[in-house]
Amino acid sequence: MSIKITVDPVTRIEGHLKIEVEVANGAVVDAFTSGNMFRGFEIILKGRDPRDTPHFTQRICGVCPVAHGTASVYCLDDAFGIKPPPNGKIARNLIQGANYIQSHILHFYHLAALDYVKGPDVAPFIPRYEADYRLTKEKNDIMVEHYLQAMDIRRKSQEMLAIFGGKMPHVMTLTAGGVTENITVEKIELFKKYLTELMDFINNTYIPDVFAVADAYSDWLEIGKGCQNLLSFGLFPIRDDYGMFLIPRGTYTQGQWEDLNAASITEDVKHSWYKDETSGLHPSQGQTEPQPLKAGGYSWIKSPRYNGLPHEVGPLARMWIAKEPEIIKLGSKAFSVMGRHAARAIELAKIGPAMLEWLDQLEPGKPAISSYTVPKQAQGVGLHEAPRGALGHWITIKDGLIENFQAVVPTTWNAGPRDDKGQRGPLEEALIGTPVADADNPVELLRVVRSFDPCLACSIH
Amino acid sequence: MTKTLETAAKGNPPVIWIHGASCTGCSVSLLNSVDPPIQEVLLDIIEMKFHPTIMAAAGNAALAELDKIAANHQGEFFLVVEGGIPTGAGGMYCTMGHRGSHTSIFDHSSTNNDEITFQEAVVSLGKRAKAVIAAGVCASNGGIPAGKPNPTQIVGVDQVVKETPIINIPNCPMHPGRFLGTLAYVLTYNDVPTLDEEKRPVMFYEKSVHDLCPRKPFFIERQFAKELGEAGCLLQLGCAGMAAMSDCAERKWNNGVNWCIEAGAPCIACSNPKFPDVTSPFYEKYVAYLKENEIEFLAQLQSAIRNGKPFGEVVRV
Repeated sequence: MSIKITVDPVTRIEGHLKIEVEVANGAVVDAFTSGNMFRGFEIILKGRDPRDTPHFTQRICGVCPVAHGTASVYCLDDAFGIKPPPNGKIARNLIQGANYIQSHILHFYHLAALDYVKGPDVAPFIPRYEADYRLTKEKNDIMVEHYLQAMDIRRKSQEMLAIFGGKMPHVMTLTAGGVTENITVEKIELFKKYLTELMDFINNTYIPDVFAVADAYSDWLEIGKGCQNLLSFGLFPIRDDYGMFLIPRGTYTQGQWEDLNAASITEDVKHSWYKDETSGLHPSQGQTEPQPLKAGGYSWIKSPRYNGLPHEVGPLARMWIAKEPEIIKLGSKAFSVMGRHAARAIELAKIGPAMLEWLDQLEPGKPAISSYTVPKQAQGVGLHEAPRGALGHWITIKDGLIENFQAVVPTTWNAGPRDDKGQRGPLEEALIGTPVADADNPVELLRVVRSFDPCLACSIH
Repeated sequence: MTKTLETAAKGNPPVIWIHGASCTGCSVSLLNSVDPPIQEVLLDIIEMKFHPTIMAAAGNAALAELDKIAANHQGEFFLVVEGGIPTGAGGMYCTMGHRGSHTSIFDHSSTNNDEITFQEAVVSLGKRAKAVIAAGVCASNGGIPAGKPNPTQIVGVDQVVKETPIINIPNCPMHPGRFLGTLAYVLTYNDVPTLDEEKRPVMFYEKSVHDLCPRKPFFIERQFAKELGEAGCLLQLGCAGMAAMSDCAERKWNNGVNWCIEAGAPCIACSNPKFPDVTSPFYEKYVAYLKENEIEFLAQLQSAIRNGKPFGEVVRV
């Protein structure tokens, strides 16, 4: 005898997600994830001036606009055949780094923590699911304090970002060829001041908190395994030709580490609300033709596949592909709810020190932007890593205007529905086997979902 | 302002915050508030009864909470709408849960569908609310998701809520200072602030970005930047500050750290109700400008904006 549990809306994520699972003998035996809000950015961009792309694509997501802005400027640089000067490249990396700090901290304290920490008895902490909250009262109280403190920390990350970004959310300075902001000694010093405070919090509060939760909930290293195929487009380019990254590009498929071949990416739509004839295309040829309520469809998210297989993206994928010792030593337990949280924390420990080095490489007074002309005909691709995983933008320019634009976004990879062959998406797969103690308080399902840090506005766009 | 809000907030009025065709950027922007800090807003000033991004509850338990406030506190709660309202496909481009025994205000009379559409939620909650705040340009006017060809037929709140006072706080995202300043006014005076014809509080939207721009002396001296990153007025690089009613130059963003034009970026006029179609292409050069006198130019620009013509097109005559 199985029962069906529906959680709609899934909260403490970005956007409109519904999950539906079938539970038998106390564990999930089948799962369906549905993205429930479609806007059609790929349609809206057609016919527009390519230079406007970063402004439009940032509005896909207000949590990680920097990721979209960055993928778009990589994409335009490629299409226009230009490179930013060193200042421009570094300033872009610093803007991205600042958003990684805010995004990972926001995710742990403000989105995920309340699945493990019992909040005070006031809104928005009540009502809540009753669950096996395991922290001692003392540790629990500290975590609530840190929840509040982390609100200041994430705000300061965005203030630091605005030094070179102009404003946040929705950065104004990211353009083809670099950034519009000028590099000055004062800005570098102000950035350093913020970064020093933020790194102190990361090293002495955030990372210990993540590992304290992981210790108290160590059985969650066995839950939420997923498809165990991973993919990363590479984060923080160190060379101009995108041939080297601080955190590497690559794949891990069926147990093998391999180089990425972006030509092997396709998007299926059999179970998504788009016309069937647009299924299976590479994103450079991709189409977005909505068909609301299509029979057999259950989501607005498409199903990206790499060599025809589902791949998980995000911090776990990046750290595993990088063969980060702290993650590799977990072995198969890395593929789990706590493995994802740990990977996010370990990643942030690496980013702060790199940012400090980049600040010293900036050259005040030198240009941060290269000039360019918009070509009449061109194609471009921008491959980037958002905090939530691999993000690609593909553009075709004709007569100086956007003829086609497609985005394949981290949560598209992770939270997509079944593909044309019926293979579950990574999040659907990760839900299989999850124990559910009380169908009316299915906190276990949400622990699995939130470990992916889903962003639904991104996934559908 | 902290003081005003605290005094005003006795009894912590309930707030319901819902997301439509949104990117959650306005919620993230709210978290960036410094005066008062966000912790104070959430714990001492209002009671955030429903906000999908931060609330502990999920699923039916979360919707039941929303339903309870709407049913039991009719005319007392504030509804904040983030994101535009998709009206295409019977509202099915955006849904936010299921109706059932946990909901009372969403009945089947208007639809045979089990899904609660966002459109239905705004109508249903809007008519019960004390006031509706449209947070950001999407909820106010549609914003970028309503850009040509507006694939999901998005409209702003005032197209579906008719009898409840509506306050628009546009920009992309909304500025936390303008949002909380508006809320403080409403709580203190139990009335909506003076609004302009676009339902924006006059106190924040009376002057244009161009009026208050620190680069305006360059404009007066006809010193125009020719490339991004240069000093000078950004008009010829596409700056739409004349079409943007907004106090950004004084208020700035992110605790006053920076703002668009200070960072060398031409204003994209994200407070303009016709953003983005009328205010783009964002980097179009206004080559015709120097040939004309200022009054003629501004008159032409204003008439163009009124008539919904693309910004670049007109001034390139």
